[in-house]
Amino acid sequence: MSMHTLSISQMAKGLREGEFTSEALTRHYLARIEELDDEYNSYITVTPEIAIEQAKAADELIATGNAGVLTGIPIAHKDIFCTKGVRTSAGSKMLDNFISPYDATAVSKLAQSGMVMLGKTNMDEFAMGSTNESSFYGATTNPFNTDMIPGGSSGGSAAAVAALLAPVATATDTGGSIRQPASHCGLTGIKPTYGAVSRFGMIAFASSLDQGGVVARTAEDAALVLDAMMGHDPLDSTSNPTASPATTASLGDSLQGKTIGVPTQFLSDNLDADVKRVFDETRATLESLGAQFKETDLAAAEQAVATYYVIAPAEASANLSRYDGVKFGYRCKDPQDLQDLYLRSRSEGFGDEVKRRILVGTYALSAGYYDAYYRKAQQVRALLTQQILAAFEGVDMIMGPTAPTPAYELGDKVNDPVATYLEDMFTIPANLSGIPAISFAAGFTESGLPIGMQLMAPHYGEAALLNAAHQFQLATNFHVQAVEKVLEVQA
Amino acid sequence: MNWQTVIGLEIHVQLSTNTKIFSGASTQVGEAANVNASAIDLALPGTLPLLNKEAVDKAIKFGLAIGAEVNPVSVFERKNYFYPDLPKGYQTTQLDQPIVGAGSIDVTLPNGSVKTVRIHHAHLEEDAGKSVHEGFGDCSGIDLNRAGTPLIEIVTEPDMRNADEAVAFAKALHGIVTSIGICDGDMSQGSMRFDVNISIRPMGEDKLGTRTETKNLNSFRFMERAIELEVDRQIDLLETGGEVTQETRLYNADQHRSRAMRSKEEANDYRYFPCPDLLPVVVSHEHIEELRKSLPELPAARAERYQSDLGLPSKIAIQIADDTAASQYLDASVSKGADAKLAANWITGEITSRANNEDLSFSEIPFSADWLAELLTALKNGVVSSKIAKEVFEYSWQDNQSPNKVIESRGLKQMSDSGELEAIVDDVIANAEQQVANYIKAPAEKRGKMMGFFVGQIMKATQGKANPKQINQLLAQKLNALCE
Repeated sequence: MSMHTLSISQMAKGLREGEFTSEALTRHYLARIEELDDEYNSYITVTPEIAIEQAKAADELIATGNAGVLTGIPIAHKDIFCTKGVRTSAGSKMLDNFISPYDATAVSKLAQSGMVMLGKTNMDEFAMGSTNESSFYGATTNPFNTDMIPGGSSGGSAAAVAALLAPVATATDTGGSIRQPASHCGLTGIKPTYGAVSRFGMIAFASSLDQGGVVARTAEDAALVLDAMMGHDPLDSTSNPTASPATTASLGDSLQGKTIGVPTQFLSDNLDADVKRVFDETRATLESLGAQFKETDLAAAEQAVATYYVIAPAEASANLSRYDGVKFGYRCKDPQDLQDLYLRSRSEGFGDEVKRRILVGTYALSAGYYDAYYRKAQQVRALLTQQILAAFEGVDMIMGPTAPTPAYELGDKVNDPVATYLEDMFTIPANLSGIPAISFAAGFTESGLPIGMQLMAPHYGEAALLNAAHQFQLATNFHVQAVEKVLEVQA
Repeated sequence: MNWQTVIGLEIHVQLSTNTKIFSGASTQVGEAANVNASAIDLALPGTLPLLNKEAVDKAIKFGLAIGAEVNPVSVFERKNYFYPDLPKGYQTTQLDQPIVGAGSIDVTLPNGSVKTVRIHHAHLEEDAGKSVHEGFGDCSGIDLNRAGTPLIEIVTEPDMRNADEAVAFAKALHGIVTSIGICDGDMSQGSMRFDVNISIRPMGEDKLGTRTETKNLNSFRFMERAIELEVDRQIDLLETGGEVTQETRLYNADQHRSRAMRSKEEANDYRYFPCPDLLPVVVSHEHIEELRKSLPELPAARAERYQSDLGLPSKIAIQIADDTAASQYLDASVSKGADAKLAANWITGEITSRANNEDLSFSEIPFSADWLAELLTALKNGVVSSKIAKEVFEYSWQDNQSPNKVIESRGLKQMSDSGELEAIVDDVIANAEQQVANYIKAPAEKRGKMMGFFVGQIMKATQGKANPKQINQLLAQKLNALCE
């Protein structure tokens, strides 16, 4: 077995027992990135010096016998997390020259637990997109078929982990940006409860929806990393002040007697046939593990996409005002006056999708439109949250597909933004209501593209979600098949 | 036509916290540009605001001081506009749910009457940085040291009817915010900045006229002059068939002129919405009560006490009570044994004018309250005359030496040895034959006035150190003896 297919606990065992060093493991991954990433473009920046330095420090710690399970394990960070002394671009020309002077809380927590940073992964510009095509650094490809999108906006993180160019990666999710690429790349991706992972140092897209999380090959790997990322951060006022329960502790729980709701709104007649088939098979597997399914009603979910595409752009329109060419980031050449500086720096520094959302958000907040759009959207958001929480009174979890279709070809929907917005229909409700949700590999299309299923739980139900995915992975081998399929393509 | 002026104020008060409202950076002024601009103040990507509880407490104290409702839940919003000294591209402020609701302030006007000015609300917000337009060639410099300094913006109802009322209100407000310790009150540094909304209407008319807003006045004097200028401008406009345009104006104090900055049509659409990075500010009843207990004496109560306990006349009582540092000075000197009325006269007279000359506040002057007590005690005990006391004060101030030391070292003590004084009196009488003859000839009722000459001579001979009472006694005794 080669090092790049090991799980985190297997790597930790190897490190602990001296089978290999963190430095060797890290160099192995760096070599793979060097060799293979031209194909995927999953990294924007690779940080070999930092990686080797951290790996050596990890090896010293391992030698003392005081290492934790994550000590010396390599990780890639989505390029939306600020990393001290390293370019943090958010996939934008606007921040191509931005070297962060500080670490995001999530990054420093993972570094403190001994993880080794391999580099920064590609993403849709400012996390706005679900194909990874809006990156200033070019599109990322899907390791299962490089003609296909990996999903987005955490497409670089998902592709890097799926292509075995990182064992695990951080990611962020505003409307599905962890779960949808995890689904398209055969991975487990979890978006925790809003407030579980600090947003400090995570470049903001839509502050009330953004949440950091993990993409990994298995639920167990995701749980190990998530436990190290979560926790109250005094620097983030929206961070949950009470400690989130450790998810790894629940990984042995039985699913016997657990009830899982299926919203009728998630299984319409025009759902992709492969996706529907995988849904039915997943349901059967979970039933065989003791779970009971029942129908639930989430009527407001049908307005989720429209609601999201008012609130997220509105917040983004303000969050992105700081990129004005004055203090940092891109500045146009030879500005003639202040107006010209603003106009050209922003016109030249932002890509089309970002500009589109700034315009939509600015419009939604404008005098005369605020009530019809922003206020109305907040009302629908409150209603949807109410409905979801009511649904959880009767069920432990809610299940549905992660995305309405498997990955499609690069360029397919570039000229149809609304079609890509609709891709987020199943994932957005969790962001609007702040609940945790997970996507896990649950099957494949005829042509071998992965399909993920999504589970949602009430606030701070991460442990239940990771355990359900873990139990599913103990009973199936889609997560193993995913690795095999990618290795086949790479061979 | 007779016009009525209607004035409402918006006042930005910088809260005297050590650190900024949303970052841990220092609020210290006068340092090199951008020294106090942290990653949060620079709005670096990924940074988040963290609310300074001290700023919240200070805003609440203001609400309590003016008897306003303190809202148990208030909400920060983003006010969006682009400006180089606004790093985030929005100002974090409050709109629909401000921390302080309606209240009022009673203002004693120069004529002694009391005017109630209603406060519409007061909200918390962050200050912007500064653009520096000189010294950078074609460019402007940006200094973000001030960015994020906590402010409360206080908005009054349009209750004032002339510049005097507006200035009296402004002074009363200054007294309140400084006495409860939420602002240093240093107007020259921009610690309090006044925006004045002015309109006029025909006397007796109910409907308000179109208003203008003159922004950023940072002295009582400028405010008074700017109001008078604007009222005259509006009257001229309306009486010559023109119209007042709703606009923002800037007042230039040096030229005593104002100009339009932007009209209503050019006004920004600020697209306010609740800031998703900050939770609503929730304040418990218990916390509000704790803060209420911690409030010190307010100027109005102090003025009352100065009148009832110290017997000061109302005008002087209010004048001192409105100035927290002056009040502390008075209280301290009285507690050290100074006569209250004398001390009050010295504080509003000698000391204020000396302090104004050097542009110092009462907390900064070199002549301490203890010294004032010492000096007034010496005066009361006849150690110095009131004329010499002023001299002692001047030396004390200049040389930073206590009054008793000054009296001692400069030999300014009044002559108390009556034998020595008697010899001088005799000498003066002996050398003024003509004046003595006139005195003797004069009718008794005119003699009193004629004593002045002899007193002056004796003062001259003693370099002012003689006790005037003693001189009068001795002189009367000696001269009257000659008359018999």
